[in-house]
Amino acid sequence: MEVMGLSHWYGRGSMRRQVLQGVDLVIQPGEVVLLTGPSGCGKTTLLTLVGALRQVMEGSVRVLGQELQGCGRGERQRLRQSIGMIFQGHNLLRCLTAEQNVQMGSDLLPGLSYRARRDRARQWLRAVGLEDHMGKLPHDLSGGQKQRVAIARALAAQPRLLLADEPTAALDRQSGRDVVTLLQGLAREQGCAVLMVTHDPRILDVADRLVQMEDGKLWSEEPALVVG
Amino acid sequence: MSSPMPWQGRRIPLAWLLLTRQPARLAVALAGICFAGILMFMQLGFRDGLFDASVTLHKLFDTDLVLISPRTMSSIAMAGFPRRRLVQAMADPEVAGTTPVHWNLLLWRNPEKRTTRSILTLGFEPDDSLFLLPELADQAKLLTQRGRILFDERSRPEYGPIARWLKEGRTVETEVAGKRVRVAGLVSLGPSFGADGNMLTSSETFLQLMPTTPPGSIELGLIRLKPGADAAVVASRLRQMLPPDVAVYSKKGFEEFEKNYWRSSTAIGFIFTLGAAMGFVVGCVIVYQILYSDVSDHLPEYATLMAMGYPLTTLLGVVAREGLLLSVLGFVPAWLAGQGLYVLVRRGTNLPVFMTGDRSLVVLAMILTMCMASALLAMRKLADADPAEIF
Repeated sequence: MEVMGLSHWYGRGSMRRQVLQGVDLVIQPGEVVLLTGPSGCGKTTLLTLVGALRQVMEGSVRVLGQELQGCGRGERQRLRQSIGMIFQGHNLLRCLTAEQNVQMGSDLLPGLSYRARRDRARQWLRAVGLEDHMGKLPHDLSGGQKQRVAIARALAAQPRLLLADEPTAALDRQSGRDVVTLLQGLAREQGCAVLMVTHDPRILDVADRLVQMEDGKLWSEEPALVVG
Repeated sequence: MSSPMPWQGRRIPLAWLLLTRQPARLAVALAGICFAGILMFMQLGFRDGLFDASVTLHKLFDTDLVLISPRTMSSIAMAGFPRRRLVQAMADPEVAGTTPVHWNLLLWRNPEKRTTRSILTLGFEPDDSLFLLPELADQAKLLTQRGRILFDERSRPEYGPIARWLKEGRTVETEVAGKRVRVAGLVSLGPSFGADGNMLTSSETFLQLMPTTPPGSIELGLIRLKPGADAAVVASRLRQMLPPDVAVYSKKGFEEFEKNYWRSSTAIGFIFTLGAAMGFVVGCVIVYQILYSDVSDHLPEYATLMAMGYPLTTLLGVVAREGLLLSVLGFVPAWLAGQGLYVLVRRGTNLPVFMTGDRSLVVLAMILTMCMASALLAMRKLADADPAEIF
């Protein structure tokens, strides 16, 4: 993933406000990058641009070899199938069980039978330690369990880039820690690049690299930390 | 660029789960659709039933062609024409037999409650064939005696408990047009739209009851053709041969003539079609409300699916499938309830209202249109699902 000179504005006319100012960022496959910074500094905007959820205004964003500048709606939608996303709110489908929610992820994989997609969903739920809760609706799961289902859903689509926006915000210390460690391990196994926005100082040590953002600019890149 | 279609084949029945995991909302939606369907079944049933009922008698006549007066408007206003025309028609080589029929509405006195009500009275020669009812031949012999009538046991109950009394062995006598008659037997004809009850009598008795009838005047002439004769050809020959004081119709044409009167001269068709349309509109509003709030409530979830890379068409498909499921699930109970209500209508009114395949299809099509149109409208709300807003 390569971002070069990315700028972004919200609003129009005199209300126009710049949220990103010439952001440069490169993430290698298998690398876990944590993005921190005060709220309102543009972290989430960067995620939505990299996640092909928003049209790129200025600068270049190359994700998985595809340039997003000037990219159409349909192309972005197809690209999103290869990008896993984990949200602050878990955003699970309330009417689906944990297993079915994860299968909505594996259903995006081409050429697999229903049974194969379901087995994959079950496999991922086991990987996040929820094998006993497959048939439960999100309503009956705890916050940490829901977030783990969301991670399983994101990974079930076999993404090559994983974007996470404060995945631990709604969780207590221990479950937040568990979720992030899990995420890191699974991403490594898959050779999947991870860009995670977080405020949570307790999880900074999982990062290969920390990036700080302020006022729409990345102002420091610290050397990679060795994970213990 | 390969165009992956991963959602091919079997997948999670999202539309079904969206509907069934909210049983209360589903119940409201189905009740609404069912109500709309029942309303349509009833209104269309009444409309068709009334039109069909207007020709209950017409269908029974043993005839290929009929003669009526061109001044005749309908079965409740039959004008007379010279009986001689029927004799003239006999001259055609293809005509096998004829029956002159007197036809009028007379006042019947209920022998129990002494109230009066108008009854459709047909007068004919008891030896002639009138109806396609084999049992009538025996009964007709009873009419050779003066002052005897045959009562239609399917007449509405306001005429009195004639059939019951007769079956109990009582002698039933009453007054028709101010003259004493005796009920000699029962026939089974059925009320029509213009007449709540029917009675048959001989021409002789008829003229006694209606002394003002001009001599040699009848209201209906039945013409039976020889086997193999072409009714249309004979009809056009008769039209040329007979003076313009009679009109020639086929049996089917005679029925259409009568139905047409009720269609064009009354507001029945309009009223009941409007009633069915109201059901349609009410159904549309209910289904739209349900689907719209369903989409609104799940907007973040739809946005999440879009963020995951599901195309908009998949989501539109989910809403469309919800509409389709609703229409099928709503139609079945509406159809069953319609069946039940038709039975009640038949019992209560003796109207020939039946669940026909045509009407079932019409109502199914209307419910489908209702649900799919509502789904289409609700889909516009999906445009508000912006995946960029969910982070």
